[in-house]
Amino acid sequence: MQIPSGLEAENLSEASRRKKVGWIGDWLFLNLTRGFAVFALLILLGIIVALIIGAWPAIKTFGLGFLTSTDWSPPKEKFGALIPIYGTLVSSFLALVIAVPVSFGIALFLTELSPNWLRRPLGIAIELLAGIPSIVYGMWGLLFFAPLFAKYAQPFLANTFGRIPLLGQLFAGPHFGIGMLTAGIILAVMVIPFIASVMRDVFEVTPTLLKESAYGLGCTTWEVVWNVVLPYTRVGVVGGIMLGLGRALGETMAVTFVIGNSNAFEGLSLFLPGNSITSALANEFAEAEEGLHSASLMYLGLVLFAITLAVLTASRLLLLRIQKQQGGR
Amino acid sequence: MFSRHVLTVSFAALGFVVLGNVVSAAEITGAGASFPAPIYAKWADAYQKATGNKVNYQSIGSSGGLKQIRAKTVDFGASDAPLKPEELQKDGLVQFPTVIGGVVPVVNLPGVKPGQLKLTGDVLADIYLGKIKTWNDPRLAKLNADMALPNQQIAVVRRADGSGTTFIFTDYLSKVSPAWQQEIGSGTAVQWPTGTGGKGNEGVSAFVQQLPGAIGYVEYAYAKQNKLTHAQLQNAAGQFVQPDDANFKAAAADADWTKSAFYQILTNQPGKNAWPITGATFILMHANAEKPAQSAEVLKFFEWAYKNGGAMASELDYVPLPESLVKLIHSSWSNIKDSSGKPVHVVK
Repeated sequence: MQIPSGLEAENLSEASRRKKVGWIGDWLFLNLTRGFAVFALLILLGIIVALIIGAWPAIKTFGLGFLTSTDWSPPKEKFGALIPIYGTLVSSFLALVIAVPVSFGIALFLTELSPNWLRRPLGIAIELLAGIPSIVYGMWGLLFFAPLFAKYAQPFLANTFGRIPLLGQLFAGPHFGIGMLTAGIILAVMVIPFIASVMRDVFEVTPTLLKESAYGLGCTTWEVVWNVVLPYTRVGVVGGIMLGLGRALGETMAVTFVIGNSNAFEGLSLFLPGNSITSALANEFAEAEEGLHSASLMYLGLVLFAITLAVLTASRLLLLRIQKQQGGR
Repeated sequence: MFSRHVLTVSFAALGFVVLGNVVSAAEITGAGASFPAPIYAKWADAYQKATGNKVNYQSIGSSGGLKQIRAKTVDFGASDAPLKPEELQKDGLVQFPTVIGGVVPVVNLPGVKPGQLKLTGDVLADIYLGKIKTWNDPRLAKLNADMALPNQQIAVVRRADGSGTTFIFTDYLSKVSPAWQQEIGSGTAVQWPTGTGGKGNEGVSAFVQQLPGAIGYVEYAYAKQNKLTHAQLQNAAGQFVQPDDANFKAAAADADWTKSAFYQILTNQPGKNAWPITGATFILMHANAEKPAQSAEVLKFFEWAYKNGGAMASELDYVPLPESLVKLIHSSWSNIKDSSGKPVHVVK
């Protein structure tokens, strides 16, 4: 009887020793991870502060008028951000308009319709698309896509949608193959893998029980997806779309190649060249004169930062609302 | 006597130790304009083989070169746009040209051969202003009575990135077109009223080759190597000239380099054969050399390059400077002095 009690005592001391070591380990781990988190925050703050300091001369000179001015003239030192802002928003919006339905289709096919042997290779192919460097997309867009687009797609669009009153304005103008629409399409190709793989992953976590019950009640595949899978995965789907939008807003090299880099607003047509914030930064920063030109580019960077922040906030609010609705049900 | 000698030698040795790796072979760094980067790299390579001394050149753009030399992080800066004498004075800098190059208008018109299309500066400016929109415009037709230009929209192509090429091109347009000067002005990047922007010479030439009816502008070397369809231009003397080495040289020969610290933009020069969109590229250095040994090495490198680098420059389609100008540059180097006021390097 005494031997086990001795063992017990030993066990006890071992446990307390472990607890003590564990406590130190926990403490270290907590502070280490906390340090990492704070580090990320500090970097973010540092970037904001550096942008504001760099942009200060431009902020002082142009104020908020910078956001509504269409000027961009380095020799005259007059700068405004409206055209790059417009180009960034329109090209990203176009990308989503194209990418969301396509990604939805891909995810749907992969989770519900595809034969089992095809799922894996197809899934990997889509993830590979995400791994292609953006400059490759840009060169492909400029050298291969744009000429074909100008020769076949643009005349077709002009002859069909272009004939519709009002909407036709979007498809007017010369067929150069590059411009806002091309940028939107290239961006769509780039964000599809992101949105599609997130959608696929969340579609896959829908409990089989729910789906089988719906099928058992005689629902078609479409009804199951639309009424069971999609409501169940709404949060994840919105998250995936926002991830894609974030990528589209910040994309630089691919857009620079195909958007046309024009700071003149010549009309609403999507065939016309435009400019995006990131593209303006990439093109002009190396040769920007010190002073207002550099400061205005910094200001542009700050504006993009604000747009991204607004998009993230909006998506958070949207998610919150969705969660509330679900909770209420 | 002997001990003093030893002392001098050991001081010199100490100096070398402090200066670090300059003991065996000198190493100098420069940064700036991308336009002359290929020739600087070629010169540096040949110079190292000939002398063992190393020249590092980073092609970061003209504005970058200016920033770096102001900050004294490099031994020399390089820029396609010369600084005005008062700007040089302000920063305590001196400048001198190294090679000359030309910018040429290139077009994509089926049936038009290289060097066939005739343009004047005025017409070129109005095309880039968006005032002349089609190739069969009466003003273009009048200049090119010998060929039938199509009723086709002109697709204007220009650089999207800031560039020394754009500076030379827009400087020319400002000189020949009052409307251009007033509305747009000149610079490495300007507010283009129309057209599509390509990134780099490659981007512009890709657009020009893809878009039927396109017009763009690229460096001469680039146009030549890629066999683009260039145009003739009417120069200040009223002659239509082709872009070639001889005509770039003609533009440089007529310029008066003796005044204003080499502030000379070679566009729209008066000579009979002068190609109107010509420009030199420049080196920037501090007049008061903080590191006299390094500054001297830079000058030695360029002295060597002026003397031995002409053929290499021509191979890469740059134009070497005329002899008279090189002499002027050599004598201007006496302005680069060490702290005691002695020139760091004198050309014998």
